[in-house]
Amino acid sequence: MRPADRVLGVTLLTAALFAATFIDAAWQRSAHEPALQRTAELVTRLRLSDVVLFTEARYTRHPTQADLHSAFQDHPVALEHFPSGALLPPPRILLDRHEALDRKATSPD
Amino acid sequence: MKPWIERQRHLIDFTAQSLARRKGKSLGLLVVYTLLVFVLASVALYTHALRNEATRVLAGTPEIVLQRLIAGRHDLVPPGYIEKIGRIRGVQKIEGRLWGYYYDSVLKANYTFMVATDREIAPGEIVVGPALERTRELSAGNGVSFRAYTGELHTFIVAEVLAHESELVSADLVLMNAADFRRFFAYPAGHHTDIALWVANPLEVRNVGVKLLDALPDSRPILREEVLRTYASIFDWREGMMLALLSAAILAFGIFAWEKAAGLSAEEKREIGILKAIGWETGDVIAMKFWEGFLVSLLAFLVGYVAAYVHVFHFEFALFAPVLKGWAVLYPSFALTPQIDGLQVATLFVFTVLPYTAATLVPIWRAATTDPDTVMRS
Repeated sequence: MRPADRVLGVTLLTAALFAATFIDAAWQRSAHEPALQRTAELVTRLRLSDVVLFTEARYTRHPTQADLHSAFQDHPVALEHFPSGALLPPPRILLDRHEALDRKATSPD
Repeated sequence: MKPWIERQRHLIDFTAQSLARRKGKSLGLLVVYTLLVFVLASVALYTHALRNEATRVLAGTPEIVLQRLIAGRHDLVPPGYIEKIGRIRGVQKIEGRLWGYYYDSVLKANYTFMVATDREIAPGEIVVGPALERTRELSAGNGVSFRAYTGELHTFIVAEVLAHESELVSADLVLMNAADFRRFFAYPAGHHTDIALWVANPLEVRNVGVKLLDALPDSRPILREEVLRTYASIFDWREGMMLALLSAAILAFGIFAWEKAAGLSAEEKREIGILKAIGWETGDVIAMKFWEGFLVSLLAFLVGYVAAYVHVFHFEFALFAPVLKGWAVLYPSFALTPQIDGLQVATLFVFTVLPYTAATLVPIWRAATTDPDTVMRS
């Protein structure tokens, strides 16, 4: 066998495997779909708001429901207690995730 | 067309033999290159799938969750708030939520206690999440005692364990009925943890949020959109963290590949000189080197990507999971649904295959256009 044929054969084989990952992904997606749907339904039924990724503190268990100042919520310059603090993003004001609804509301007085 | 193909095959023959002569060097480059693609593709595939999964399952969260704040901290919603919200136009459905945390000193882990709104749970019974079944070895019919914050010991019977497939959202849940929850936490009557509400017209969600703030200035509405955005940014942030940690490795590889591709060894220069002296054209030499760079980088990309796919979706991302998933005593165990972002794969391809191929060509073009005698002597 010519070296070129060997090289092209190996490349074609890996290209076929590459294409197979897309087929496998589509197959797994359809296999997981019912479970994913049931999970989404559970979230709707139980009124859940967060995924269970870190359970050690309330602002890591429910990042979306946490105080606006978390993760440094104990006092403004508090040190982080948990390693996952390093994996949580910086203060929201830098990321602009929250709607500034309070600025649109009229003052109560 | 046929002679052109035959010509390219001959060039690839020569390239393959040339690479085989420098077996150690070529193989070393291929392995390092493949590893780099493997790591980058693993991080990209995993983060994308996790972000998709979280967004997908959280699509059904309440449209607005209303918290009450006192001195900047979350506090219980007193009676009367639900009635006030009910008077706001556009609000379709309102429900007070009852939930809280319980620290279990046996496991040194936090559970989320919650009142189930979707099922009737008999007094003294609980429904637990799959992580509790695994770590505390609970199953239906077992009894479990929790010490309340008042100091009393409350015993519950496990009525059911939630399905494992929903572990991503339910791992640490302990569901019970409202009366048990209020008794356990000595919750003041009529108070709720927060309020979930739904809006008739999805386009009005923000306006309803503003109206809520007008009516209840001490409240904080959290929109569903914010929930989804929070998760998107958490996973973006982690992907960024991981890539930042990897940047040193990427840079090192960049230098290594540049050195390998851009700097021609004396042996390679002599080879080019000889090829030109025996009649090869500049175009042939460049084509030969193009095949070398392209085949090495393409093979590294394909093998690295396939290995990353298998690693993430068939071996649960075992190598890097602690960094990207985080860790906790009660960690959910879940298999991700593969979601491949075509653009992400294309970007990875462009950033791994093209620069190396291009870097191989520049010095070759320079060497191949000079006189063979000069090249051989230099």
